[in-house]
Amino acid sequence: MDLSVAGRGGLVTFITAGDPDPDSSFELLRRLPAAGADLIELGMPFSDPMADGPAIQSASQRALSAGASMVRTLDMVARFRADDKKTPIILMGYYNPIHRYGPARFVNDAMQVGVDGVIIVDLPPEEDEELCHPALTAGLHWIRLVTPTTGDARLPLVLKNTSGFVYYVSIAGITGTRSAAASTVDKAIKRLRRHTDLPLAVGFGINTPEQVAEITGIADAAVVGSALVTEIAANLDTKGKAMPRLADNACALVSRLAEGTR
Amino acid sequence: MGTDKSAAASPDSYRSGPDQHGHFGIFGGRFVAETLMPLILELEAAYNDANHDSSFQADFDYYAAHYIGRPSPLYLAHSLTNQFGGAKIYFKRDELNHTGAHKINNTLGQILLARRMGKTRIIAETGAGQHGVAAATVCALFDLPCVIYMGKTDIERQSPNVFRMKLLGAEVIPVESGTGTLKDAMNEALRDWVANVEDTFYIIGTVAGPHPYPAMVRDFQSVIGREVREQILKAEGRLPDMLVACIGGGSNAMGLFHPFLDEDLRIIGVEAGGLGLDTDKHAASLTGGVPGVLHGNRTYLLQDEDGQIIDAHSISAGLDYPGIGPEHSWLHESNRVEYVSVTDAEALDAFQLCCQGEGIIPALEPSHALAHVAKIAPDMAPEDIIVMNMCGRGDKDVFTVAAALGVAL
Repeated sequence: MDLSVAGRGGLVTFITAGDPDPDSSFELLRRLPAAGADLIELGMPFSDPMADGPAIQSASQRALSAGASMVRTLDMVARFRADDKKTPIILMGYYNPIHRYGPARFVNDAMQVGVDGVIIVDLPPEEDEELCHPALTAGLHWIRLVTPTTGDARLPLVLKNTSGFVYYVSIAGITGTRSAAASTVDKAIKRLRRHTDLPLAVGFGINTPEQVAEITGIADAAVVGSALVTEIAANLDTKGKAMPRLADNACALVSRLAEGTR
Repeated sequence: MGTDKSAAASPDSYRSGPDQHGHFGIFGGRFVAETLMPLILELEAAYNDANHDSSFQADFDYYAAHYIGRPSPLYLAHSLTNQFGGAKIYFKRDELNHTGAHKINNTLGQILLARRMGKTRIIAETGAGQHGVAAATVCALFDLPCVIYMGKTDIERQSPNVFRMKLLGAEVIPVESGTGTLKDAMNEALRDWVANVEDTFYIIGTVAGPHPYPAMVRDFQSVIGREVREQILKAEGRLPDMLVACIGGGSNAMGLFHPFLDEDLRIIGVEAGGLGLDTDKHAASLTGGVPGVLHGNRTYLLQDEDGQIIDAHSISAGLDYPGIGPEHSWLHESNRVEYVSVTDAEALDAFQLCCQGEGIIPALEPSHALAHVAKIAPDMAPEDIIVMNMCGRGDKDVFTVAAALGVAL
């Protein structure tokens, strides 16, 4: 995948499918590319998101309360693809909802609706037979997380079946908590470059245009998740319903973040 | 520990699992985020190394004898045997262990391993609080800081155990995500571990989680079954006809069952049926769930059509988990172990029966096992022998029982 656009770094944005409700979520998804998202990670809601902090946990809960499901997530991508053939969409989440849906059926349906790749947090290379091999065979990108704990000895195994790009998790921790120092990320990215030619995206703890600028100066793209999800949460009324300017305000944040890539 | 591994070579043995990838048939495995993968590989290597070191076993045996009080007695429950009028009923008295349950067998083993690995901070999840207390206890013993994650709902219904953990010097962190029960506490402990990879050892309380936890916890708990074998041979000159144990995650059951899996006897695991399997308020993962992936392993889970985890319900907080250890899932599908369920009401009846019949206040967890024994013992012959694991004592449950019986304390 090409994450850097015409000589600048890319902006990857994460939202949870169906958060806070199906219509508001689709409206936001549809407008993300124009606001400045170069690639979209669409979260598949899960009741037990072990690697996520409070912001994305809440997003999953809101989506599930509003009736989110795998069928609806895939349908959302299909509707998005009706108007936007270009912006890559990556489905991101945990394995159990796919396990229940059926891995073969998932791969087939994801291809059908125009998904470009998947990131499954709890499927390490040790469990590649589950979904990684079928996904790659079908033509889906298999994007893997590399973390600060992934040592040099382990890197080749992690990179072996990775395609599309590598998602470097900049901290040992969960989403939406700490941020890594730019110098630390720089060192990590240089290490990764020695092992792969794939584009490198960096995520976890990136909240501001300044951080986006810093990261895209080091890597091919910056991923923003919790900050955007938190903006969604800030546009809910006291009953948890979307307020009219939710998509406007979330897109405005994305545009500000995208400034960081220029 | 070492003995369990070495007995395993025969391909037609039920004791040979897991394979090198941590699989019991299709169950088990290592379904964790990449951040944790290097840690569980390191843990596996350290555990294998400890298993080949006789000094590790010697340390375990020393503290098991002098600190926990092992071996726990095997007691012929005369009164209930007479009352049920069938098979002889023995209780394996693991409720007499220091801290009042089988949980400490495992926390002892894991903290010895943590020390061996040079880890300086311990985290654990707890449901009923028995594992939390057992973890806090060994942390006090070995002077290591201890953080316990406990669901908010569980904190409310198990307040005596919360205070015990605090007295032992542990920090108890309330978990409000999800429904504030054991599965949420486990999620939060995993989140802590991901963020504190350098110094922290995660003591999982049951035979679940990513490999090597299910095998490791089973091995530490297998002291129960090994003792039963010796004790019953001494008492009766033969092995029992039946083993019965309650199952939440399934560690006390695995510990009792594992040394007997290749013997010719019936083995029954009793899940928590809550308000009944025909309701949505139960914790019977095997009899009421389907296979899925949660907390690092593939196993039977309570989940909806979309793969979202459904909250378990049981009067017993210790059985209130929507999953089960992967080895149980495998033993279920292999038809080696029979799995049944018992409702809250049946467990409450058995609880009272045991108090008045034997002068033993059982925990609500083994009250489930006893309720099943009460169902089947009368139809068995007087020479038949049942061994039931009395895996915890009921002091912690008196408030819950009082409330269920409508008694104001």
